[in-house]
Amino acid sequence: MTDHLPVLLVVVPLVAAPIAALLNRPRLSWAVAVAATLWALYVALELLSQTMAAGVIHYELGGWAAPYGIEYVVDPVNAWVVVIVALIGALVAPYACASVEREITEDRIPLFYAAFILCLTGLLGIAVTGDVFNVFVFLEISSLSAYALIALGSDRRALTASFQYLIMGSVGATFIVIGIGLMYVMTGTLNMADLADRLPEVSGTRTIPVAFTFLTVGITLKLALFPLHLWLPNAYTYAPSAVTAFIASTATKVGVYLLLRFFFTIFGATFSFDVMQLDRILMPLALIAIVTMSLVAIYQENVKRLLAYSSVAQIGYMVLGISFASVLGLTAGILHLFNHALIKGALFMSMGCVMYRVGSVRLERMHGLGRVMPWTMAAFVVGGLSLIGVPLTVGFISKWYLVQAALEQGMWPVAGVVLLGSLLALMYVWKVVEVAYFHEADPELGISEAPLSLLVPTWVLVLSNLYFGINASDSVGIATRAAEVLLGAL
Amino acid sequence: MTALGLFNYWAVIFLMMVGFYTLIARGNLVKKIIGLNIFQTSVFILYITMGKITGGTAPIFVEGGEDVIYSNPIPHVLILTAIVVGVATSAVGLSLVIRIKEAFGTIEEDEIQDESL
Repeated sequence: MTDHLPVLLVVVPLVAAPIAALLNRPRLSWAVAVAATLWALYVALELLSQTMAAGVIHYELGGWAAPYGIEYVVDPVNAWVVVIVALIGALVAPYACASVEREITEDRIPLFYAAFILCLTGLLGIAVTGDVFNVFVFLEISSLSAYALIALGSDRRALTASFQYLIMGSVGATFIVIGIGLMYVMTGTLNMADLADRLPEVSGTRTIPVAFTFLTVGITLKLALFPLHLWLPNAYTYAPSAVTAFIASTATKVGVYLLLRFFFTIFGATFSFDVMQLDRILMPLALIAIVTMSLVAIYQENVKRLLAYSSVAQIGYMVLGISFASVLGLTAGILHLFNHALIKGALFMSMGCVMYRVGSVRLERMHGLGRVMPWTMAAFVVGGLSLIGVPLTVGFISKWYLVQAALEQGMWPVAGVVLLGSLLALMYVWKVVEVAYFHEADPELGISEAPLSLLVPTWVLVLSNLYFGINASDSVGIATRAAEVLLGAL
Repeated sequence: MTALGLFNYWAVIFLMMVGFYTLIARGNLVKKIIGLNIFQTSVFILYITMGKITGGTAPIFVEGGEDVIYSNPIPHVLILTAIVVGVATSAVGLSLVIRIKEAFGTIEEDEIQDESL
């Protein structure tokens, strides 16, 4: 049974999704979702410990040997991503129970859980597969269910946000398919390891740079790198709170993983960065994302939208780390992948608590919440400090490695921009803190603290922000190992 | 190869641009979905074209034929999957359009934007 873990990671949630839909009882479907996410988390942790101890795990689907059959490959890079996705999934699922009952009509709740599990399946599948066309299939599974999830938002603008995401997401996915097709026509293979072997022979042709370009645009659209982030703010703002918390901490992270996988494992760092000079595009875009999106976030009146713009800025940090193409830079990027999932998960979950009690996350409705919802807002404050990068939080660890990676290459201005980004983050986090703590609450509204079923998952994430901020050796160790694996494949 | 020999690829580029332009330029949400469909279809043709091998026959095993050339069946299989994905995308997109029509009373992008303010 343990031999089949890589495929069971995907198959169990895939089967759980229709079961959740067929049971058609809100609480039963919810129980299925919780069971599926816990299973995914168990398998993810098992896979991570196996691959850290014994090296890369290969799994041949249906016993068909690679490169003809589809192969699942687990190495420290994707085991880490799988753990992130499964961890957030396992925390959002219990959280969703109360949150979803408040925000979605009862007859749609079972279908919500079905779509939620499918989205999780897709994200896990993208991470675990070793076949590029399989990546596309899982990408569409996760994207299509994400569109449905976002459209479940109670505001009617959720529908247009979802439609916009559908159009842009499908274009991105189609670009990825074009890239994959062009690679296939030159090499005759879809297996990642096999592609990595065969691509250098044909990299001098015109087809491969074109494939590379299509993939770059497609993937950066999926991970919402500035200026291809236009679908993100509306989608995050109007989606149900639990969906925002889940998608914000996982979907873009898996996009970043795809970027790493395609550019380092498949094309190889030499081709991507020396021949195609990808860093000349990624680094400026990342820096612009950090500065402009943080500035835009400062002017937002809706806290979910504020955090959405902040997410685009944070994606800038991850891509910046990757654009250094050094072990330290990649470590910073991969570390921030995990850390940002913890940060944004905690922040969006605390906003879900506000949504539950207040019914809105607009700043003018949040006056004095620090006093009536102390635990919720305390979670926001700790998450916010982590976002800024205050020592003892995970945000600090990411920034520390990022600045080190910049200084290692003598790029002082880049390190300066990273610090400027923190300063801007301080401004937008403060804006929320000021409203929540330094304004009087309206006692007539009778707002009380959010229920425990929302607070517990939120605080698990908040405390892990602190835990991995103080005891970072595990996460840094895995990220360094992952960075070495990616660069070692040269 | 001459320009005419690449006829299929020209068709792919033409369809791709038509679809992409419709997708970007049209304000009507149904037309956007149609544009997306044309765009995706062009990619299907791209895949099928590259599966064709000159002189190759359909990839069904020929009894006793030692030196029969077969076309590559893998792109066909891949594109079957992609067609399913495309159908699902259109279905989700069109059902969203129906709900947008119910919620906003219009499917024109500019009118929806006026409504949203």
